[in-house]
Amino acid sequence: MDFSLTEEQTMLKDSVSRFLEKNFSFEQRRKMLADRQPMSAQLWQGLAELGVLGVPFAPEDGGFGGGGVETMLVMDSIGRSLALEPYLATVVLAGGCIALGGNEAHKQALLPSIIDGSLLLAFAHAEGNARFDLGYVETRATREGNHFVLDGAKTLVLHGSVADKFIVSARTAGSAADPRGVTLFIVNADEENLVGQEYPLFEGTRALDLQFAGVKVGPESVIGTLDQAMPLIEAVADRAMAALCAEAVGVMDALHAKTVEYLKTRQQFGQPIGRFQALQHRAVDMLVQVEQARSMALLAASKVDSADVAERRRSIAAAKEMIGRAGRFVGQQAIQLHGGMGMTDELDVSHYFKRLTAIDILFGNAAEQRARFAGMKEGQPAAHMKSPRKSWVKI
Amino acid sequence: MDLNYSQEENAFRSEVREFIRAKLPGDLSRKVLEHKRLGKEDYVRWQKILFEKGWLAPGWPVEHGGIAWTPIQRFIFEDEAAAAGAPRLTPFGLHMVGPVIIAFGSEQQKKHYLPRILSSEDWWCQGYSEPGSGSDLASLKTRAERIGDKYIVNGQKTWNTHGQFADMCFCLVRTSTEGKKQDGISFLLIDMHSPGITVRPIITLDGEHEVNEIWFENVEVPAQNLVGQENRGWTYAKFLLSHERTGIAGVGASKRELNYLKHIASQEQEGGRPLIEDPLFRDRIAKVEIDLMALEITCLRVASADRDGKAPGPEASILKIKGTEIQQELTELMMDAVGPFALPYLPMAWGDHWIGERPGPDYAAPLASRYFNYRKTTIYGGSNEIQRNIIAQMVLGL
Repeated sequence: MDFSLTEEQTMLKDSVSRFLEKNFSFEQRRKMLADRQPMSAQLWQGLAELGVLGVPFAPEDGGFGGGGVETMLVMDSIGRSLALEPYLATVVLAGGCIALGGNEAHKQALLPSIIDGSLLLAFAHAEGNARFDLGYVETRATREGNHFVLDGAKTLVLHGSVADKFIVSARTAGSAADPRGVTLFIVNADEENLVGQEYPLFEGTRALDLQFAGVKVGPESVIGTLDQAMPLIEAVADRAMAALCAEAVGVMDALHAKTVEYLKTRQQFGQPIGRFQALQHRAVDMLVQVEQARSMALLAASKVDSADVAERRRSIAAAKEMIGRAGRFVGQQAIQLHGGMGMTDELDVSHYFKRLTAIDILFGNAAEQRARFAGMKEGQPAAHMKSPRKSWVKI
Repeated sequence: MDLNYSQEENAFRSEVREFIRAKLPGDLSRKVLEHKRLGKEDYVRWQKILFEKGWLAPGWPVEHGGIAWTPIQRFIFEDEAAAAGAPRLTPFGLHMVGPVIIAFGSEQQKKHYLPRILSSEDWWCQGYSEPGSGSDLASLKTRAERIGDKYIVNGQKTWNTHGQFADMCFCLVRTSTEGKKQDGISFLLIDMHSPGITVRPIITLDGEHEVNEIWFENVEVPAQNLVGQENRGWTYAKFLLSHERTGIAGVGASKRELNYLKHIASQEQEGGRPLIEDPLFRDRIAKVEIDLMALEITCLRVASADRDGKAPGPEASILKIKGTEIQQELTELMMDAVGPFALPYLPMAWGDHWIGERPGPDYAAPLASRYFNYRKTTIYGGSNEIQRNIIAQMVLGL
């Protein structure tokens, strides 16, 4: 049991947070949102030069060789800074698909370009009828010789409009809710018969809806095993959730600190409002939630690459649940304690709050995660919901 | 960073588990697991077993009978003991007055009292709260007047846990009314068998006798029973509160109770199916289980910080608040799980030798009373509101 960071990890954490503090401001964020800018090419290049884009990739692929903890440190800093960069979309999600499922040719062709910042990818998986069900895929990939033809629609493709390529899930067998029969494909953004519509999420991240109307891809575009992509998609989604948990902790830390600072400076009734016990206790309750959330983000980071898949999924669901619940509380109370100022767009408090709200929803909100954790999705209680004791001895 | 236990820690856990399996009497663990009433002899029995093994006071320095366990090892021990249904250790001697005597007591006090705590010869109780001094403890009025080589104590203490068993009481008394109220308080060790002491039971809402009022009428206490210096008692009391920071969360016991809750929910039937299959009830269990998972990691973070000699972080302060909220939630869920069979009140059924018939399943009988009793957890040891005041001031600087 060890919660300390290595020297290398501490350096990574310090360099990312220093870089973002120095090169990205809340004013820049507001300007980017007003200009409908999904990301900053300059900031992304800076992150590439720092080596941050290679954090989760193996050294033989040109990466840093980091695991869950390293990704956690990066995402925590991104959360604090409210940066809009496509780290989750390109590095964690699409990059994760290639690193975990791709063959050598995929890795050599794509990973070095992700790492040096020249290639942007997005993960096109979610669909209109899927809600939070990862295994629900209607989009079809029909065989045509040794090629595949994709038909269907994808939604909420994060940072899709800046992507050079998409990692697309499509059904090669079975019906929509069938956990088997899903395959992952690499699809160029400039393919014919592929159209999209871009829009912002409520906190400013830009997303894309895609229509595939007979998009033809070659056999080399298949990632992993035909029909067998679900375990890979689940593993990558778990990485994304662990990353979002870490980002949320960064957001909550910043939001809590700002709220406490506001309580010390805002004067009403002739004194700082932080003198009032009702508000003090609210600030403490926020801290309790932040620390509980931090504990679960640590758990997620340490279990995200666990070989025990059931334990991994259970831990990630629990962590994402806690993060969602804590995030709502901390966000709502931060707005409340900032009063009218908390309601404004010009103060970063509302931006942090909306980002926490988005993080809760992405990949399944707290209620969904609780249902996964408890086995509600399977109908039967999860194994750990049953008492380990078969029977209790009677006197 | 590694949230897995090390090989050494796992080996230690096996050693602890094996010892408890061999030495914890089955009738005793059944009482704990099935929420039966525990008496003094039950607590003492387990403490003597641990004393014999040398494992009773791991937090104490080795020269006084402690063991050099790391905070993580202590956490593992508490986890295993709670899971197996070992009675909790009575904290007043081992975790409260013991460390104060070790830190501030005289050589003679150490030599006399510490071995008697370890051997369970003395049962200790706490004389802190007074009718007019609850959360505002420093306003306490019980007077101790120095006359010759004695103190004469007069006053009243309340919420005194298990004073009916006690041989000794560590007491906060007023020795001066000058200056700040905190500066006139002393820490006295009082023999409960002294003339002039009256212990009167307070029956709580669950019908149990757990706490007492104590009256002191011209009680003579030898001056050598003063701990440290006169009028410095508040400092020692604060030291006492800062001790045992991770134990207060009760994570091990809550994990055991969570399992028991799942056991009950899989026995109880609703519409011909086990209650655990009801998504609404399972959702409530999942929520408290996730809170408890997080609290366990928070506790381990605090324990690791202790091991690494780091100053306690803000996370240490949340353990009492969150730990007691979870304990209460578990008692509430268990009561809800048995539905109408929480209603019958048959306190004799929680005793040792009850063999009569009662309505509902065996496990249902004590659940409502436990729910009532556990309302105390957010009040005692510094109410959760006082804990929030402390965090607001000490951690957030408000």
